Amino acid sequence: MARKAMNKAREEIASFIKAEPEEIIFTSGGTESDNLVLKGLFYSLKISRSHFIVSRIEHHAVLETCKFLEKQGAEIFYSPVDEHGLIDLSRLEKEIKNETVLISVMHANNEIGTIQPIKEIGEIVRRERERRKKEGINFPIYFHTDAVQTFGHIPIDVNDLSVDMLSASAHKLYGPKGVGLLFLKKGIKIESLVHGGEHERGRRASTENIPGIVGFAKAVELADKEMDKEIKRLSGLRDYLIEKILKSVKESRLNGQPKTRLANNVNVSIKGIEGESMLIDLDRFGIACSTGSACSSATLEPSHVLMAIGLGPELAHSSLRFTLGRWTQKRDLDYTVQKLIFVVERLRNISPLKIKN
Amino acid sequence: MDFRIYKYMGCFDENSQIMDHFLHPRNVGKIDDADAVGHVGNPTCGDIMDFYIKVKDGKITDAKFLTYGCAAAIASTSVLTELVKGKTITEALVISNKKIKEVLGEMPTHKYHCTVLAEQALKAAIEDYQKKNGQKE
Repeated sequence: MARKAMNKAREEIASFIKAEPEEIIFTSGGTESDNLVLKGLFYSLKISRSHFIVSRIEHHAVLETCKFLEKQGAEIFYSPVDEHGLIDLSRLEKEIKNETVLISVMHANNEIGTIQPIKEIGEIVRRERERRKKEGINFPIYFHTDAVQTFGHIPIDVNDLSVDMLSASAHKLYGPKGVGLLFLKKGIKIESLVHGGEHERGRRASTENIPGIVGFAKAVELADKEMDKEIKRLSGLRDYLIEKILKSVKESRLNGQPKTRLANNVNVSIKGIEGESMLIDLDRFGIACSTGSACSSATLEPSHVLMAIGLGPELAHSSLRFTLGRWTQKRDLDYTVQKLIFVVERLRNISPLKIKN
Repeated sequence: MDFRIYKYMGCFDENSQIMDHFLHPRNVGKIDDADAVGHVGNPTCGDIMDFYIKVKDGKITDAKFLTYGCAAAIASTSVLTELVKGKTITEALVISNKKIKEVLGEMPTHKYHCTVLAEQALKAAIEDYQKKNGQKE
């Protein structure tokens, strides 16, 4: 009974991204999937210095794993992005070496919403494979994308995107927390991080999280139904909110690509005010947002994403991210902007940094 | 770090001194004819504090502040204005960040530096006063 439910869920989720059921490995979430890709590949290779290319604006699940792998002897290149957060494709291609085993670039960024040209990177990887074949280099190169932000929000076809691996998490599409997946293309060998039984075809031991997996499939079913409509609705609301903030808050700017951007993401910097103070002030009005300010992090470092797009610490400290959801209405945005104007004025009055009028 | 979903309402109690001083800061502003000013921090580190004092007969008669920073930074300077008013320079010199922390109550450890910066703002203001008045102390 449980197995049947899990198989059905696996089939449904696989077909949602045009993959085969056996290409889906259920995990505890996006972080584990990213770890499994990077460490799993590293440990399955028998060479001493494997080379990885990842973007500078990857999630910590990728970046921290890379730092760990560097200590184990791997070589990592952190590929730069432009002022909108778009990856520099020619630079990325230039950095590919004979020992490059993996390119990992997230589908869309969780902080600034920028969507990456995944297909083009897939094309670069395809060309590199041809080159290696021609030159008799018998070393694999794979392409992974962390699609935690896009899975269930943007149509994904793993063949069309030319990805070999893809990470996703259920809770980002209103599914249960604690369950995610790794799409791993047939034929690719990776070392399991969790050893034990033969679960997930020996690639992840541990009794399956059946309720989570079934809930994940249900969330996929609903997302599939709503996706097209939601993209249209949310991108309209997103643009409305961006325009309204930029128009009514002096010295504010949008962070991230304005067009190729997640439909639910608005990220702005408001000069002269620190982000966490705005966030706490907005919280009392029932408005929940987040900030890339160092003040809100225990390490006191500003957001690595905002720094990578060249914002500088001052504007990174002044950033706010608003995420729209299935229940966000236009009136919520009007209310948000109204309160934001109030909060900005209050805090600017306390701030020694004066803005132009 | 990552963009963090804010969870401070749980951390700073809604009725805490820290929230009270953040939402209703005391003595905000500039003193145009201040006897001394302490300026600490910079935009890069994420906190800037301007601390103004008026001194008469060796006593701090007025104090005001302007702060760019998080809730704890704003609350720290707000508390500090109340702590120094009526104190002599000698008394004010012994006001440390511990005292500010005591008034504000519980806060996460990574916020302690806000109280330290506030103490430095006061020390800088006093130093400025002493320099202007040819005292060393």
